Order: sequence, then structure tokens, then C-alpha cells
Amino acid sequence: MGDGTAISSEQVAHVARLARIELTPDEIEHYTGHLGRVLEHAGELEDLDLADVPPLAHPYPLSNVFRDDVAGSPVDRDEVLSQAPAASGGQFEVPPVLGEEA
Amino acid sequence: MTSAHAIASDVRAGARRASDVLEDFLGRIEMHDGDVHAFNTVTADQARAAAAAIDAAVDEGRDPGPLAGVPVAFKDNLCTRGVATTCSSRMLEGWQPPYDATVVQAMTAAGAVMIGKTNLDEFAMGSSTEHSAFGPTRNPHDLARVPGGSSGGSAAAVAAGFAPLALGSDTGGSIRQPASLCGIVGIKPTYGRVSRYGLVAFASSFDQIGPFAADVADAALALGVISGHDPADSTSIPAAVPDFEAALGRGVEGLRVGVISELTGSGRNGAATGGPGTAGAAGEVLDGIDADVTERVHEAADALADAGATVGRVSVPAVTYGLTAYYLIAPAEASSNLARYDGTRYGLRVDGADVEEMNRLTRRAGFGDEVKARIMLGTFALSAGYYDAYYGKAQRVRMLTRRDFDAAYADFDVLLSPTSPCVAFRFGERADPMTMYRCDTCTIPSNLSGDPAMSVPFGIGAEGLPVGVQVLAPALGEEPMLTVAAALERAAPPLPAPPLSTVADPTEGA
Amino acid sequence: MAAGWETVVGLEVHVELATDTKLFSAAPSRFGDEPNTNVTPVCLGLPGSLPVLNRRAVELAMAVGLALNCDIRPSVFHRKNYFYPDMPKDYQVSQYDQPICSDGWLDVPGGSRVGIERAHLEEDAGKTTHLGGADGRIHGAVGALVDYNRAGTPLLEIVSRPDIGSAAEASAYVEELRAILLAVGASDARLEEGSMRVDANISVRPAGSAELRTRCEVKNLNSLRSLRNAIDFEARRHIELYEAGEAPVQETRHWSEDGRTHSLRSKEEADDYRYFPEPDLVPLVPDDEWIAQVRAAMPELPASVRARLHECGAEPEDAQVIVDRGLAPVVLGAVAAGADSRRTVTHAVQNLALDGAELLDPDGLASLVNLETSGQLTATQAKTVLVEMCARAVTAMHATPAGAEDPSGSASAAALALDPTAIAAELGFEAMADDELETLVDEAIAANPEAWEKFRAGEAKVAGVFVGAVMKATRGQADGHAVTQLLAQRRDA
Ligand SMILES: [Mg+2]
Ligand SMILES: [Zn+2]
Repeated sequence: MGDGTAISSEQVAHVARLARIELTPDEIEHYTGHLGRVLEHAGELEDLDLADVPPLAHPYPLSNVFRDDVAGSPVDRDEVLSQAPAASGGQFEVPPVLGEEA
Repeated sequence: MTSAHAIASDVRAGARRASDVLEDFLGRIEMHDGDVHAFNTVTADQARAAAAAIDAAVDEGRDPGPLAGVPVAFKDNLCTRGVATTCSSRMLEGWQPPYDATVVQAMTAAGAVMIGKTNLDEFAMGSSTEHSAFGPTRNPHDLARVPGGSSGGSAAAVAAGFAPLALGSDTGGSIRQPASLCGIVGIKPTYGRVSRYGLVAFASSFDQIGPFAADVADAALALGVISGHDPADSTSIPAAVPDFEAALGRGVEGLRVGVISELTGSGRNGAATGGPGTAGAAGEVLDGIDADVTERVHEAADALADAGATVGRVSVPAVTYGLTAYYLIAPAEASSNLARYDGTRYGLRVDGADVEEMNRLTRRAGFGDEVKARIMLGTFALSAGYYDAYYGKAQRVRMLTRRDFDAAYADFDVLLSPTSPCVAFRFGERADPMTMYRCDTCTIPSNLSGDPAMSVPFGIGAEGLPVGVQVLAPALGEEPMLTVAAALERAAPPLPAPPLSTVADPTEGA
Repeated sequence: MAAGWETVVGLEVHVELATDTKLFSAAPSRFGDEPNTNVTPVCLGLPGSLPVLNRRAVELAMAVGLALNCDIRPSVFHRKNYFYPDMPKDYQVSQYDQPICSDGWLDVPGGSRVGIERAHLEEDAGKTTHLGGADGRIHGAVGALVDYNRAGTPLLEIVSRPDIGSAAEASAYVEELRAILLAVGASDARLEEGSMRVDANISVRPAGSAELRTRCEVKNLNSLRSLRNAIDFEARRHIELYEAGEAPVQETRHWSEDGRTHSLRSKEEADDYRYFPEPDLVPLVPDDEWIAQVRAAMPELPASVRARLHECGAEPEDAQVIVDRGLAPVVLGAVAAGADSRRTVTHAVQNLALDGAELLDPDGLASLVNLETSGQLTATQAKTVLVEMCARAVTAMHATPAGAEDPSGSASAAALALDPTAIAAELGFEAMADDELETLVDEAIAANPEAWEKFRAGEAKVAGVFVGAVMKATRGQADGHAVTQLLAQRRDA
């Protein structure tokens, strides 16, 4: 970090795969520069001693927020499926799923 | 132009018809939105039906509510049932949600009439509205300049007189910065004050909905309508909603106002009158904040001192790291929030041989450059081996910010800073990502802490463009914040009207 | 097991919690309905939707945790990020490094103590149906259909420590866990129907060593038999690899009908889930008072029930049968009400493999046993009355309107299962007065003087003549044992 090589094009390609975004080699170069400039800036955090500072995940301290186990009304299936790219028999239709057995 | 207050009281009293009010505003939109492009969708037919219903209620002796007949524009990342909610992205072009956001329900229940959905930076990621997939919005004060962002459409709509009220969302400054650049009032409430249910998420632990208005009183009126606990949002605070409008006339006598040293370095550096001293250790002073802007903040502080406030300088050292922390945590949350746009259930699909390819091609085609960059940045910040160095560290900085604000609020009731480091800039002027991200330097700290903050117009800066002063308050401190904002509004030099409003105004004399 | 090796198994058990609605949405948590009808914007991951935690799911998780001797701790939900079409948000909300239950144990009956590492709440995914491939399998499929009805169903994932040493012990662990889940009402825990899903982490090591070698996670175990066979197969596979100088690879494997485990193609991103705290949910901090309330509301656990049944004279196998049939409360209640414990246990084991048996009123069962032990009913009659009591309990329960306002619906149904004395009367099993039986015996003696002489002379087998005569006179309803006793009295008088 901080030396302009905060992220490599291989790392950008890996991250694009994790995020399921198809990129061309040119685009990978573009994003390597874009992400690199931001991460370079993040180098300023290196000098901060934060060992005694706990992380903060929520800006307002709430806990134990629940709902009762009481059923509400479902959404209208036709209304939802009318917005789907592909639907069949009341279900969402997708291309074949490869990899793991379901 | 007429204020929301004036419209609502006229409509409730039967002195004006909601339908007539609506036509006036639709006329202005018709005339000028081709230039401004504040709207992605103008919901004229639906609005006419809603206005007619308001009129019918009045005719039947029923009170339509505190926003009776007031046209309101919703940022196009707020879900509206049966009305396209696009987030200004190809990904959601044409998507019609099956439900209304809680704030949309609240505004409608108060008698407001939705007039349209406003443009934004795609998925609210940006500070100029240049990153909209449907083309940028222009600043009504100078069509060659940006309105700010990401709620640029909502800010421009109010500034151009297309609606007296608009709602936006603020993740790193997306309400306050465009309000500042467009010369209007914009409020980011306390995180949890307003329900996020139905707001399309960008970064969930930062996102907060708030109002835009031409003046503080209208903004306070709208804030009161949308505030309150919502059981559908687990982060919604179960606190009573104060009478915000009552805070406006309270006066600032005895209030302690701290000017944040780190954000007002350039320009005049002297301590203002009679401050209770400097809280905390002095941090480094951030550069990149324009002198004309800083000067207005000092004038605002002086005005408050003249009105009886106790004004001093205060150090909030962690604000200097805010930008960095924000640009790690917010993309991390966004990378997860935006995973659902995969071509399966709604929105765009680009077909592929298998699901994985369909996902990749859909996300390639559906997301713009900035959104892709932030998704990848956030994915990286969370990925194995980098979590501690990036996301983890940024969360600790977030805690530092919380602590530094707590220390400052031990000595001061409200804080002051610039809203934006600069006045409205020209299109393309901040193409480099870090340069663009620095637009959020002054607004991000309140998103990290979750505390409320708002922008009030206070004079003009370079080239006669509006400058906004930011008023910050501790969690649930909207009342003192509004008291100070109202005092600043009373003391502010008059702002030149946007050139658009000098063109024939169909609302004149209505 | 090959000599010199021992098997090491840890189990991850997912159970669907018995809530009415989903973990984070008010959609009904119900199966078998039309696809995509039990869904809200939250279940579909619609933009703008937000989760709100189901209090009942948390309480059920806490009850299971307490039953498994776990610590109940403050917990935080995380997002586990990966893409899959039946996961509507493309992340799963799950408890990660701060689970609600941790560090407990479960005593396997007749076996050892198995450590429980954790039990955490998470949401289930939807269901993908592959189109066009043979048998609906993935290979060769031309597409898939996704139903989100199951998406968001609350799951409790119970993770054991690798303390299980054999297929049999694994099976016994799952059976005992299932009994606990049923006892606390946390789940219906059906393996075959998928409301309880078991994954096994299997490795082997040289006998007597404490090392943990490379493990493989085996999925698709939808019966106890599959679980046992998969453990044996996988352990043997590891041993063969080691003995051939090779080693297994850490991976996920699939148990299939052909009796083997198969490697699943692992995806590149599979192990980078980018967990981070779910910003849309706030921390869950159960306080002592709440934990105490959940504990107080918990029923007696199976191990304790079995111990009490044992005190009533039930052998371990009989106790297990009684627990499995859900009859422990009835049996123990009847004994507490004064019924002879051995007779009660015998009825439960021999005569109560019946629908409705668990609905019996313990006091009613006690009355029945008393009628029998006092000689007012014969064993045969008692059984007949018992069958009728169960049938009437089922009828009474069904007669109670669905969703009845009466929260103690089953209790009142049991009360309606009527008094055994009344049923016996209806069936014509008139409790015979002692003097009536004596009269009948005397009549039988008088009618068979020769047989009586033989009987008096010590020829015991002719007693059948008198018993038969009395039975004939009573159409089989007399107590043969009592008749025999009366005959002996007359002889010895
Ligand atoms: Mg697991
Ligand atoms: Zn799991």
C-alpha cells in the first residue's frame, strides 16, 4: 500500500470473478488504476494505532429488535413474476446451473 | 414559487385546489426539465388522480393532512408501487416495485402528491449526478455545472421550482452536498430517525433518507412527516418524534456552536468570539477546501455569535480519516447489497450459457463504470487476507470518529463546517475518482457517526454560485440543529434566484 | 474398521425451526404450497426490503442450546456472500463468529459425551429444479426453475466437535438430538423430508492418537442408514489411501445411492465468503431474565424422562420405545396418579403403538390400569378399552376447530377421551361383582360334579371345565384368573 501498487491486475481479475462482473483485459487495466488510486489513499490508515479501538458496525446502538411470529400477507406472485426476466409455471426461470449438485 | 407551508394551508382551507397547484408545477417541469433533467419519470397522470382525491377530501370536509396538495419529488431509489424505480441504472430500468417505501407511504398519507422520480448517480454512487445511466442533471443556477450528487435530481427539482419538496438519500453527503450546490436546504437526519424500508440500499449502515426544500421551515415540516419508528426497519430508532417546527423560532441565545478546525483551515483562521475553548487535540487541517467556502462558514459563525450563540473552534481529528474509512466500508457494504442484481428475479438479464455466465454478462451490461469500480473495491476490502487491513481498520476509524464527535459534543451543542469544499463545478471537471470523492470530505463524518447534519444556503462563492454551511448535531439532536439552521437562514445574505425562475413562471400569480 | 485405525466424525446438523413465519420476514414458513406464494419482498431479496428477526426463532434456538448445555451468548448476524440463484440476495444471513449457542455437550445414550461447538441461526435458501437433465439432475439440464417459498426459513445449525468415533455412535447422536428437538418443540426434525439435514465431517487417525487428519465433508445424507454407510465408506476410503501411501484431499463429497461418496467440483470462490456484520440487523443480546424464562418453559428432556421411566421398571429399550412414541408424559403421569407402574409400562409398550395414544389423559390411563389390577377388567378387556380410548381421543382432537381459541386444545381433547369405566360399560364389560362371579362358579361346580371330584383330588387341569363354563355364561368377559382363584378357595375350604 502507498507505493502505487496497492492492487495488481491479477487481483482485480480475481475480484471481478468473485463479484461476477465480466471484464475485458483493457477494462481490468482501467480498474486496476481506479482501485489503485483509492487504495493508495487508504495507506494513510497504516500509521494509525488502532489496536485499542474496537470496530464500529452500527452508527446507533440498538439491540434486540424483533418481530412476533405472526404471518403477514405475501406479495402477489403475478405482480412479482411480471417483473422477472423469465418465468414459467409460477417460478423464476434461469439458464442451467453448473457446478455443485443442488 | 410557493412554499409547501403555503400550499398546504391554502389547500386545507379550500383557498386553492390541489389540482391547480399540481398543474402549475407540471407546467414548470414541462417548460424547463428538458434543460435541467431533474426527473427520470414525471408521474403526471397518477399525480392528477392523487390531487383530485385531495380536492375531494377537502370538499367532503376531511383534512388531507399537513402536506395537503404539496407536490413532492422522490429520488428514483425510493420504491414506488407500480412506478418505475430505476436507481438511474440500466440494471433496474423499468422495474416496478410491488410496494411503496415507508417514506413514500408517510408523505402520501400526509397529503403530498408524488409528481415524479428524480435522477441520481447510478445506485446513489457519486457526487455530481454525472454517473446516471440516463444522462446528467444540470444545476438550475448554471446549466453548465453539476447539481451535486447523488441526489442531484431532487436538489435541482426543488431549486428549479419543479416541486416545493423532494426526498433524497444521503450515504456520504448525497443530500447535503447537492443542496449546497443548488442553493437550497437539505437534511440528513440521525441514522435510524427515518425508516430505510423501501430505499434501494447502497451502503446500509450509512444510508439515510431526508428532505430537500427551499427553506428550513419546509424542510422541518417534511422531516416531521417522514420521521418515526418503523417496525419494518430493524435499525429504526424507537424514539418519539419532536415538533421540529417548534425548534425554528427558539433562537440561539446560549447555544454553544463549535466550528470544526480541520474543515475550515484555509481562509480566516482566527477563533470566533467567546468560545468555550478547543475540545480535543488539534488535528491536521485538511486542504482542498476552497477559501470562498470557508469564509462563508466563518461569516455564518459570526452571525450566530451576533444572535447570541457562544461560538468557538473545535477539533474533531478523526474527520481527516473519514474519507478513507468511508471509501472502504461503503463499497464493502455495496458489493454485498448489489449482488442481488444477477438477472434472476428482476431488472436486466443478458443471457448466457449457464447461470454464472448470465450473472457476469448481466452485471457487465447493467452496471456503469463507477458502480463496477465500487463493487470491486468493496469485494477486495472484504476478501480473504485483506479484511483486517481495509474493512476492519476502517471500522475502527469509524469508532474513532464516534469518540471524537462525542468529545466535541461534550463542549458544544452543534458544530459548523462547510457542506461542500467547493461550489458547483463544471461537467467533467472532477473525472478522477479521488478528486470526485473529496467532494464528500465534510459530509462523510456525519455518516460515519450516524449523527444528523444539514446544509443551509449562506451567501455565494466563486462566480456567484451558492455556498452551503453545514450544521451538525449529536444523535437525535435535530432540534438544536434546526434552531441554528433557522437562525442562519435569517442572517444569510439573499441568494440570487436561479436564472430559470426568471423565465416565465407559470406559478406566478396563481 | 481396519485394525490400527479409528474413525473421527463431527456432525453439522441443520434443522428447520418450527416457527409460523420465516426468520426475517412475515411470510408463512409452510411447505407444499404453490411455488412463490409464501414470499414477501424480503424473501425475494427485492431492492429496498429489510430483514426483521423472528423472536420465536431465537427462543427456539435458545431452548435447543440450553438442552444441549450450551452457553447462550450475545450474537451478531453476518452476511455470507456467494452467488446462487436460489439465494435471493446472493448472500446468506447467518451467525458467524458470534453464534447464539456455544460450548455445550450431548450425552449419547449408552455412549459417550459429544461436545457441541456451536449452534447458530441462519436462513434457508429457495429450491432450484433443474430442467431437462436426466432425473432432474444438473448434468445435461437446459435450465432451471426457482421457487423461493423455502427461502428465509429459519435454520438452526448444530455443530458437534469431532468426538464421534463410529457410524453407530453418529447414528445414536442424531437420534438423541432428534429426541431433544422434538421434546423442546424446536423442530419436527424429519431426516427424510429434509427438515433435519446431516452433514458429516469424516477423517481417520491411527488408533490411540489424538491428531486430527484431513477431513472430508459428506453431504446428502437423508437417512440414518445413509449416515452410517457413508461414514463407514468414507473412513475405509481414507484408510486405503493412507495405506497406499497417499492422502485424502480436504473437500466436500456427495453420498449417492450407489453406496459411494463422490467429489463435488469445488468452485474457486467457494472459500472466500467475505463475511461481514449484517448492517441491516442489530446485535442480539439475550439477558439473564429472558434466558431464565426460556429455561423455565422447557419440558423435561429425553434423558431425564428415560431415567424416570427406568425407575418405573422400564428396561432401557422399553423406555426408548415409550419416549419415541411420545408416551412418556402419559405413562409417568399415570404412575404418578397411582397406577401400577409395571402394568402401565407394559400397556405402553405392547398396546399403545396407536394414533392418539399420546393424547391419552394420564388420569384416564391410571383409572384403566386400576380397573385391571383390581380385577374389574380382564387384560383383554383393558386392551380393548385402551384402543377405544385412543380412537376417541383422535376424534375429539379433530373435532376441535383448527386454530382453536382454546390454547390447551390437545389437553381438552384428552379430557374428552372419556372415562374408561364408562367405555367398559358401553362395551358391555360390566364390572362383575365378586358375589356374581362366585354364584357363576358355584353353578359351574354344581353342573359338573364328576369334574369337581377330580379337581378336589388334585387334577388341576380339569379347572378348564369350570373356567370354560363361566366364560360361556359371561360371553368371555369373566376374569379367568379370578375364576381359578375362586375354584382354589372352594377346594381348600
Ligand atoms: Mg456448515
Ligand atoms: Zn449452515
